[in-house]
Amino acid sequence: MSAVRDLDGWETVVGLEVHCELRTQTKLFCGCRNAFGDEPNTNVCPVCLGLPGSLPVLNRRAVEYAMRIGLALHCQVQPSVFHRKNYFYPDMPKDYQISQYDAPINVGGWLELPSGKRVGIVRAHLEEDTGKTTHVGGGGRIHEAAHSLVDYNRAGVPLVEIVSQPDIRGPQEAREYVEELRAILVATGASDGKMEEGSLRVDCNVSVRPVGSGTLGPRCEIKNLNSLRSLARAVSYEAARQVEVLAQGGEVAQETRHWDEQEGRTYSMRSKEEAYDYRYFPEPDLVALQPSPDWVESVRRSLPALPAERREEVARAAGVPVSSEAVATVVRLGLDGLVRAAVSAGADANLALRRLANEVAAGLEDHGPPDAGAFARLVQMEAGGELTPAQARAVLRLLMEQGGDPAGIAERLGYQALAADALAQVLDQVVGAHPREWERYCAGDDRLAGFFIGKVKAATAGQADLRAATTLLQQRRATA
Amino acid sequence: MPVTVALYDGRVDQPNPRTSISPAEVAHVARLARLALSEEELSMYTTQLAAVLGHAADIAALDIEGTPPTAHPFPLADVFREDEPRPGLDRDEVLSQAPDVEGPYFRIPRIMGDAP
Repeated sequence: MSAVRDLDGWETVVGLEVHCELRTQTKLFCGCRNAFGDEPNTNVCPVCLGLPGSLPVLNRRAVEYAMRIGLALHCQVQPSVFHRKNYFYPDMPKDYQISQYDAPINVGGWLELPSGKRVGIVRAHLEEDTGKTTHVGGGGRIHEAAHSLVDYNRAGVPLVEIVSQPDIRGPQEAREYVEELRAILVATGASDGKMEEGSLRVDCNVSVRPVGSGTLGPRCEIKNLNSLRSLARAVSYEAARQVEVLAQGGEVAQETRHWDEQEGRTYSMRSKEEAYDYRYFPEPDLVALQPSPDWVESVRRSLPALPAERREEVARAAGVPVSSEAVATVVRLGLDGLVRAAVSAGADANLALRRLANEVAAGLEDHGPPDAGAFARLVQMEAGGELTPAQARAVLRLLMEQGGDPAGIAERLGYQALAADALAQVLDQVVGAHPREWERYCAGDDRLAGFFIGKVKAATAGQADLRAATTLLQQRRATA
Repeated sequence: MPVTVALYDGRVDQPNPRTSISPAEVAHVARLARLALSEEELSMYTTQLAAVLGHAADIAALDIEGTPPTAHPFPLADVFREDEPRPGLDRDEVLSQAPDVEGPYFRIPRIMGDAP
């Protein structure tokens, strides 16, 4: 079945559950190290191995990180309790996971996408991560594996699970939501946001409904999404699958489905344990969590400027819409400090934004960002006509590669944009030398503009600002 | 299809707390807990669990208007430890306690097989 079926008349509705590992030194309920990539089963103790007689004690820092996340998502921080979620699966040696159930620490917030759309947040609760199982045989697939190997280093690592409202429409928006959420999580310092290391894991609920319908269709929960690409592909595939089922008069079964990255499809887990019955009950070994208003406020005050706020600042400075692509790019790459530096040096913020979103963004793969002061001076030189745009781009490239001072680099390269009067002189000469072409241009043959600009470029060995030359040429014709 | 069980969940605001449980429901719970019960045991636990549910129903019948929910019998909240690493257990010692190991891992049988 094609994953790109025409969804005409149908709307894709997505809700996301994002699990985010917290950047604490230790696990949620014990002093074992929280570290990715350590030797298997070296960060374990009686608590996270579920040995008899051991008792969990809550990590204060994990609570603070959870509050940072909740507050950054405009949630209300409320008194909460922990519950045991009982299930039998060898990734948790206790046979239950300590989580939060009907009284989570954060409830009712929202997240604003770069497009300006708000996605509601149902809750963001604290829980412990599970151990890591590796399935051996059967190509690593769970239902074909001969046996499995378990590493409990991850068991008990603090997680915050962030549950969105089903406000997301389609694969692209799902991706934007996770990108924005990741940026927020990283900004709060609560997470490193590394999807490739499993610090950020996404499950998605997908349903479809006729466009205009106000009710939700039965949803499928999709697991095993290891990248933003998988997420977008899985949402596309699953929506198309459900529309196909409905188009053929069938019904969509509410179930959990597994994403297969190689095959590019989801398949039903077909588990006999499909009906979840986790028998939640309050964790008797832990007391309630009631962060004082003072604590909550001090965490709120400690939050840095978040991406949405930073986008607004950049957009305001550059005089462009907050939803513009350049603004999103510059903030996503953390280059907004350079806009700020350019502005405070009196340089043109809009030009700074364009150079950052294009040349600097493209060069970041290979080089760090340019020095803020040098970048601001470069923008000033370009805005003041001392460098042509092409020259400015070349100087910027060298600034990123080698550092240094833009004026020095420009001098070394022999760059010196022609002053406006010198440019006018060159243009006069060029026009004077080609009277027939000038006549045709004046008669309305605009193709001749390129001819004259080419001559100006050649006559000045590339040091002329060609945009300025074009303007001069047009002015000259208008007054001829 | 598994039997759907609406066991009393510890909260006292359920309108109609259960006072009885069927053998099928007990079998389902036993399956979730990975317990293999004989017919005799099934019947015994059905009687015993019904008594437990009856007790819960007695509590549910109490008038608790104006009584806030109790999270814990101790008058305590916010018990924390600082985020400071402490040495754990020695891996060899840990793995020596496991029924089966492979290299540095616990080794477990296939997971999606038949439950007991």
